[in-house]
Amino acid sequence: MKKWMQFLVLISSITSTSALLASGGIEGGGGNNMSPVTNAKWKAECSSCHMLYHPGLLPERSWNKLMSGLDKHFGENASLDAATRDEITNFLVTNSAEKSTNRRSNRINQSIPASATPLRISETRYFTSKHDEVSPSTFKRKSIGSAANCIACHQSAEKGDFSESQVRIPR
Amino acid sequence: MRKSFMLLGLLFSANVLAATPQELLKQYETQAKQENPAFSGFSAERGASFFRTEHAHSTGTKVSCSTCHTADPRNQGKTRANKIIEPMATIANPQRFTDAAKVEKWFGRNCKDVLERACTAQEKGDYIQYLVNLK
Repeated sequence: MKKWMQFLVLISSITSTSALLASGGIEGGGGNNMSPVTNAKWKAECSSCHMLYHPGLLPERSWNKLMSGLDKHFGENASLDAATRDEITNFLVTNSAEKSTNRRSNRINQSIPASATPLRISETRYFTSKHDEVSPSTFKRKSIGSAANCIACHQSAEKGDFSESQVRIPR
Repeated sequence: MRKSFMLLGLLFSANVLAATPQELLKQYETQAKQENPAFSGFSAERGASFFRTEHAHSTGTKVSCSTCHTADPRNQGKTRANKIIEPMATIANPQRFTDAAKVEKWFGRNCKDVLERACTAQEKGDYIQYLVNLK
């Protein structure tokens, strides 16, 4: 990067941090959005019952715990054959929150105490602080279902894009 | 011994390939005969009642196939996580029962979720027969 460009980036990040935060635009080094990683088995297997959760939403230890308990997956049996399970686990771990460079993944990871291994993204402090203005009854709307259904309000959630500017809460 | 291995290999390779519902029914028929020498065929009526019958789950809820697939398998269903499930009846969704591995995967999961045990080959065959026969 050229010197003047670095300077420009520095200035813009200082002057418009709050504006960018609100709009969810790109900041500093890594952007806000998670990188568009993909794996065919992850896509096919992890989206038949629920929306596709980006690996950058949880740390490695969470993915490992989740993938080793698929026979009791939030009250449902989601067992996979060993080869498929291992491939997906590897993909999730490789691209987990602490290995991502985007701001959102970093913040999710930082909001989880070292002693905790959450399985629900909605249990992380990052999630609860970001959604404190959304009432429990809103999450329970028929069009939403629960806090697990990110895509109901964040249309590009499956691509790892949770920009606030794109949020549309359905009735 | 070697012959039975070859047969096993053949069965496996058939599992990977696309199948028709009739071929799947044949496979389950072979299994059902092994499970029960008195096996006398699959019944769409039994499959229909299997689909609707609610089971008292150990968690205290009542569940059946129709909990997620709705009472009419020609309709789309919905998972507990709010995702649409395409219809189970082949008349509404010709993709159903054309992939043996997929069928076994879902019987494996859902039988344990609903019945809290594995399904018998008789139950699987009745179920498919019902969903294939629906007009």
